[in-house]
Amino acid sequence: MGSKEKQKKEKQKHSSVMLEERRLPVFLLLPAAALIIFVIAFPMIYSLYLSFTNFTLVSQSAPKFVGFRNYMLLFQDSVFLPALGRTVLYIMITVNIELVLGLFIANAMSHVVRGQGILRTILMMPMMFAPILVGFQFKWIFNDQVGLVNNILFEIFQKPVIIPWLIQKPLGFITILVAEVWMSTPFMVIIFLAGILSISPDIIDAAEVDGTTEWQKFIHVIVPSVAPFIYIALAVRSLDVARAYDLVSIMTGGGPAHRTELIWTYVYRLAFTSQNFAIGSAMSYITVLIAIAFTFYFFRQLIKMRKGSGV
Amino acid sequence: MSMKHRRYISSKITTGIVLALFLIPVLWLISTSLRPNIEINTRPPVWISRNFNFDSYLALLGFGVNPERFAFGENVPLGAYLRNSLVTAVFSTGLALVIGTLAAYAFSSFKFKGRNGIFLSLMLARAIPGIALSLPLFFLFTRMGLADTSLGLILAHAALNVPFTAWLMAGFIGEIPESLNDAALIDGCSKWTAFLRVELPLVGPGLAASGIFAFLTSWNEFAIASVVSRTTASKTFPVGLFDFTGEFVSDWRGMCAMSVLMLIPAVIFVIIVQRQLLRGLTLGAVKG
Repeated sequence: MGSKEKQKKEKQKHSSVMLEERRLPVFLLLPAAALIIFVIAFPMIYSLYLSFTNFTLVSQSAPKFVGFRNYMLLFQDSVFLPALGRTVLYIMITVNIELVLGLFIANAMSHVVRGQGILRTILMMPMMFAPILVGFQFKWIFNDQVGLVNNILFEIFQKPVIIPWLIQKPLGFITILVAEVWMSTPFMVIIFLAGILSISPDIIDAAEVDGTTEWQKFIHVIVPSVAPFIYIALAVRSLDVARAYDLVSIMTGGGPAHRTELIWTYVYRLAFTSQNFAIGSAMSYITVLIAIAFTFYFFRQLIKMRKGSGV
Repeated sequence: MSMKHRRYISSKITTGIVLALFLIPVLWLISTSLRPNIEINTRPPVWISRNFNFDSYLALLGFGVNPERFAFGENVPLGAYLRNSLVTAVFSTGLALVIGTLAAYAFSSFKFKGRNGIFLSLMLARAIPGIALSLPLFFLFTRMGLADTSLGLILAHAALNVPFTAWLMAGFIGEIPESLNDAALIDGCSKWTAFLRVELPLVGPGLAASGIFAFLTSWNEFAIASVVSRTTASKTFPVGLFDFTGEFVSDWRGMCAMSVLMLIPAVIFVIIVQRQLLRGLTLGAVKG
């Protein structure tokens, strides 16, 4: 083979590689884009359209355009704003409890040498349970007649104690919090445990030589070292809790009398029970926009942080 | 007592308590499913039963007698729920893995215009909760004849899983040393064949982890399934559980047995792939 011919062949090969370089990613992303447009983007656009109409589930006529009426109505709604506030409160309380519990448990587990693997496996279970199942489980535990909690109270007081956990005012909210924390603290533990185990032993040894107490070591060495993990776990969990629906839906359904109503149980109630699809769409749109804004903010912070710390 | 020793003891006690707190609710569920309803409903409470048996499970699965006349038992179309849940979870997982891995390969190995923008919109798609999608999907599917079919649910669940799969797999593919890939390219492979022959076989554990996540997401998904599926033609297990816990409030035993059946796949999967799961979780969270 002449050298000229060889060169030509090289060139051809090179240009085909370039072409592949440009075209292949498009083909690779095409199926994902198609599926997401069909199942997520298109329905969201459709519900945006519906939120500007007077559409209800039972209406026979074609939906009529009503401008921002549904959005205005929302802010006059006596349940919407409390439900939104309750959702924010719910996020703040659960995520913070999970954070504190997660740090303590992960720290304690990091000292356990034998059986750490088994412990981790058991802790991973609640994360994999369906929220609907966890909700049912706690509904049964907090049953007012023969649930686990009231049974234990019976043994303590030696007489029937009937506390309607899921019905009384602050208790309903608290039992839902307990279920959420039970289900999701393991996620925090696993993330923080990975963080703690990745701290260089030199840093920990140095702290021990200085004669610090356990508590000082925890606060001044462990917690700052896992700060990036804390940040990520908080962001991921906040977004997750903001979607809370299944758990509440099976435990109380948002009731009684909207006492445990979160934003998504109320959307469901409006759209399907009250059959007011248009207002339900408007409400779900506002909430999704808030969540998207948060996600956007979170990813920008994360990118900034990564550039800063090299994590 | 030395400090090391004290720390050792206190961490053992803490982990013991934690373990108990996480196990007791599940044990309570299991024990309820194994005891006669009479015993469940008595006072003072019976803590240790002398009558453990599997009748509720047998009744649910359609075998055997029904000594207590469960409100449950043959009334529950458990076979249909199981079949629908399995079909939906298996096919949506397969679809999500194929589509998500292709996207992950694009993100991890190519530089192209709008790369970050597309990645971000994938993550935004993940921020939209199922319940928000379920309302318009219900109409869309009704018009297209996909309402109350497993195919509709398969597509919906696959779409929910694609972003996370792409995210995880991009992390796993990115970890493969570039020199391996370069070697294949020098040997005359195209980028695509190099991906199929060199990179893909190396991300087996990643595929396993993403697959489990996707399977369990679908198996556990409630918001969309509860709206889109209307009859036993497509109703999945969580929707069935929800229906029956609403209807037969008194048969705690049957409902607990049903829940235990539902959590079996989660338990099995966690035990089989806990290592990859752990890696996936920490990779996903840390490398993002």
